[in-house]
Amino acid sequence: MDLILEGIRKAFYLIFTLDREVLGITLLSLRVSGTATLISLFIGITTGTIVALTRFPGRQLVVSIINTGMGLPPVVVGLFVTIFLWRNGPLGFLEILYTPTAIILAQAVIATPIVTGITLASIQNLPANLRLQILALGATRVQMIWLLVKEARLPLLAAVMAGFGGIISEVGASIMVGGNIKGYSRVLTTATVMETGRGNFDIAIALSIILMLLAFFVNAILTQIQQRERPR
Amino acid sequence: MNSETKAESTLQADGLVNGGDGSGRTLDLAAGIALSSESRQDILLQAEDLLVRRGGVTVLDISALDVFSGQVLALIGPNGAGKSTLLLTLAGLLKPARGNLLLRGERIGNGGFDYRRHIAMVFQEPLLFDTTVFENVAAGLKIRGVGRAEIGLTVPEYLERFGIAHLAKRSARKLSGGEAQRTSLARAFVTKPEIVFLDEPFSSLDPPTREALTNDLERILRETHTTAVASTHDQAEALRLGDRLAVVNGGRIVQIGPAAEVMNRPADEFVASFVGVETVLPGRVVRISDGSFTASVERCEIEAVGHVRMGDEVFCCIRPEHVTLSTNASPPGTSARNVFPGTIRTITPLGLFQRVRVDCGFDLVAYVTRQSLEELSLTEGKSVTASFKATAVHVIRRRE
Amino acid sequence: MNGFAKKGLLAATIAALLMVATVAPSLAAPAQKNLILATTTSTQDSGLLDVLIPLFEKKTGYFVKTIAVGSGQAMSMGQKGEADVLLVHSPAAEKKFMADGNGVDRLIVMHNDFVVVGPAADPAGIMGAKSAPEAFKKIAGAGALFLSRGDNSGTHAKEKGIWKAAGIATEGQKWYQETGLGMGQTLNVAAEKKGNTLTDRGTYLALKKNLAGLPILVEGDAILLNVYHVIGVNPAKWPKVNADGAKAFSDFMVSADTQGVIKTFGVEKYGGPLFFPDAGKPEYN
Repeated sequence: MDLILEGIRKAFYLIFTLDREVLGITLLSLRVSGTATLISLFIGITTGTIVALTRFPGRQLVVSIINTGMGLPPVVVGLFVTIFLWRNGPLGFLEILYTPTAIILAQAVIATPIVTGITLASIQNLPANLRLQILALGATRVQMIWLLVKEARLPLLAAVMAGFGGIISEVGASIMVGGNIKGYSRVLTTATVMETGRGNFDIAIALSIILMLLAFFVNAILTQIQQRERPR
Repeated sequence: MNSETKAESTLQADGLVNGGDGSGRTLDLAAGIALSSESRQDILLQAEDLLVRRGGVTVLDISALDVFSGQVLALIGPNGAGKSTLLLTLAGLLKPARGNLLLRGERIGNGGFDYRRHIAMVFQEPLLFDTTVFENVAAGLKIRGVGRAEIGLTVPEYLERFGIAHLAKRSARKLSGGEAQRTSLARAFVTKPEIVFLDEPFSSLDPPTREALTNDLERILRETHTTAVASTHDQAEALRLGDRLAVVNGGRIVQIGPAAEVMNRPADEFVASFVGVETVLPGRVVRISDGSFTASVERCEIEAVGHVRMGDEVFCCIRPEHVTLSTNASPPGTSARNVFPGTIRTITPLGLFQRVRVDCGFDLVAYVTRQSLEELSLTEGKSVTASFKATAVHVIRRRE
Repeated sequence: MNGFAKKGLLAATIAALLMVATVAPSLAAPAQKNLILATTTSTQDSGLLDVLIPLFEKKTGYFVKTIAVGSGQAMSMGQKGEADVLLVHSPAAEKKFMADGNGVDRLIVMHNDFVVVGPAADPAGIMGAKSAPEAFKKIAGAGALFLSRGDNSGTHAKEKGIWKAAGIATEGQKWYQETGLGMGQTLNVAAEKKGNTLTDRGTYLALKKNLAGLPILVEGDAILLNVYHVIGVNPAKWPKVNADGAKAFSDFMVSADTQGVIKTFGVEKYGGPLFFPDAGKPEYN
C-alpha cells in the first residue's frame, strides 16, 4: 500500500516538475500512437468504406479477415514486423528497426483492422437507401463516400478511441520493434516494463498513472465531442 | 449551371413540338383524358426495353414507358410489384441488365452523375443528414458546387415553400415525421430538377400530416411545372397527384393511361381488384348548395357531398356495392339523389357477387347478389335504373 | 471547387502533414551513424549502460540503439547480422560464436560474480556453502524452490553449467520453475515466492532495496565468476554491419577512462562497486 501511495506521490512529482525524461517518454508515446492512429484511420476508413459499399466475390472472407484482425495480438504483430524489418529481412532496406517509426508501423498494423472493422459496421448500419439518396442528389462517387463517412462520424469516433486506446497501452510490439532505447524509442509502456524489471516500482507506478491519465484525457475529449454531437 | 441547362432543355422541347404536329405544348386537362391526346405530349423521359434482374430473377421487365413533360405519372401496385425498382432504374440509380433511358430523346450514359444532376428523388424515409434543416436542404446545391451566397438566397425560398422556414436551424434528428419529409422534399426541389421521383413519399405519415403534405406537394408541382413520377399504393393519392396512372404488378406495367381511364376501364381482373373503385368519373362543380354540390359528368349531373369550390375539377368515385339496380323507371321509396336510367352492358360473375356494368351515358359498375340477379331477371341489354346516394360518392379534387 | 471536396482535401492535407512531421525525424535517424548494441538485461537493469552509452555517444558521435535481451538472444541477433556489437556474459557460448566465425575482436571488459540468493529461513541449509554445485545439490535434495531465468541468458547458461557440475537433472522437477523473465523480475519473483535463484551481483545490489528477505546465501566460488566480453559482429559475413562503430565501441569499452568509470560505478549508491574492470587481462578459466 505504501508502495502505491509512494508511486502516486512520485507520479505527481514527476508530472509537476516536468521531469525531462518522463516528459520526453510521454510526448513520444503520444506522437507515436497518435501518428499510428492517424495512419490507421486513413487506411481503415478507406478500406472499411470500400468493403461496406461494394459486392465482390470473396467479400465474406475479407469481412471475416477484418473481424479476426480486430483481435490481432500485438505480440504477433511485433514479431512479424521485427522479422520484416530486420536488416536482412524483406524490408531491411528501410533501416527503421529499433526506431519510433517501427513502433508507428507496428501500432498502425494493430489499429488498422480495428478501425476498418468499426468503419465497415458503421457504414453498413446507415439506412440502406441513404447511398441512393446521396447519388440522387447529384453526387459523384467520391462525394457520396465522403458524405457517408460524414454521416457515420459518431461511430467513427468510437473507432478512433478504440484504435488509440488499444495501441497507446500496447507493450509487446513496441518493445520488440522499438527496442526500448533510452531517449529515443522508449514509450510509456516499455519504460514501465523496464522500470518494473529494475525494481523501480515507484517510477513504474508513476509511468502507469501517466499512461492512464493520458488514455483518460484523450478518451474524455473524444467522448465530449461525441456527446455534443449526439441529438439531445 | 442548373438554370442554364434548364433553359436549354426548354428550348429543345419547344423545338421538338414545333417540329411535330405544331399543336403546342399547353395541355388541356379534358383533352388529356382522351387516349388519343397522349401522342401529342412532349416526352421528357423515355424507357426502352428495361430489364432488371436480382439474384437471377427478373424483377422488372418494361418494354416501353414514356414520362410526359410537366405531368405527374403515378405508379400504383401492391408491395413488391416493382414500383421502387422502376423508380430507381428511371432515376439512374439502378443499372438495368438491359435497356435504355432517354432524356429528351438523348440516351443517358450508365451511372453518369450528369443525368443525376437533372433529377431528384424522395424516398419513403426522409433520409436526412445529421445536420441542420438548412444544411440538409442545401446539400444538393453544395454537391453541385453552388456558392454560399447563392445557397443563402435559394434555400430560404424553398424552406418557405415547404413551410419549414422556422425550423432552419434545428437538427434534422429532432423533427417530426412530417417536418422531416418536408425537409426531404425541399432538398429535392431546391435543385430545380427537371424530373422528381417520389417513392411512396407519404406512406409512413399519419393521415392529417399526409393530407397537408399532399396538398403542398400538389401545389408545388403545379407552381414549378415539375415533371414527376410518384409511386403509391393508395388510389386516392394516385388520383390526386397523377395525371396518368401506371399499374405495376410482377415487375411489369399492366396498364397505363390517363387516371380516369385506368380506374374506369381496368385492363384485367388484377387491375380491377387492385384499383377497387371501378367507377371514377371526371367532372366539374357546377352548383353548390348547403353541404352538397352538383358536378357535371359527361352529359349528366351527379350530386355529392364535400367541400369544393365552384368550377373545381373533381373525380367522383362510386364503389360498386353502393350502387342499387332496379327494374322500375323510378324506384319507389328510395332516398338516393342520383338516379340514372341505363342499359346493362355486361354481367360477369365475381365470387359471391355478379359484376354488372351499366351504360347510363357514363359507365357505372354495380355489384348485385346472385339472388337479386335472378329476382330481377337481369340480363345483358336489359334496361334498368341505377341509383346511389349523394353520400356514397367519394370526391377527389384534381390538380388544376 | 466544391465544398465537400475542399473539406476532404483539407483533412487529407492535415493528416499528411502530421504524418510527415512526426515520421520525418525518425526517418532522418539512419543518416546519423546508428549502432545496434545487443546486450544482456543485467547491464541495462544495473544502470551501467545509462552511464556509459551517453559518454560513448558524446565522444564518437555514434547513436547507440541498446537492445537489452539475454546473452543468448543477443548472440543469435549477432549470428543473423541484426546487431553490430555485443556485450555479453556467456563465455562458453561466446567461444562457439567466435569459432563459427560470427564475431571479431572478442575483448574482455569486466567481471563481477554470481551469487546464490534465497529466503532468509534457508530451508535447504545452503548458507555459507563453499561450493555452488554442493549448494545446488542440497537445494535439489531438500526440494526447495529454485527459480531459473529460463531465457538462454548468460545467467541462465551459468546456472545450467552449475546444475551440470552438480550432476542434477532439473527437467520436470516440481521445485524447479522457469520465469522466462529478465534478472530484475526473476529476483522479484524469488522474493515473492521465497525461492532460491542465481543472480549477478550487480543486478542484485541495484535491486536490493526491494528484495527484503532474500539474502545472499552462497558466494565466492570460482565457478560463480561472471565475465563480460565485447564482441564485434563479423562484417565479412554481414556487409550491413556497422564495423567501424563496433570497433569504436569495443575500443571505448576497454579504454582507460571507461574502465575507470566501471570501477567506480555504484560505489556511491550501493557502498561497493557492481563491476570490476578487466581490460587487457587474459581470459579467466
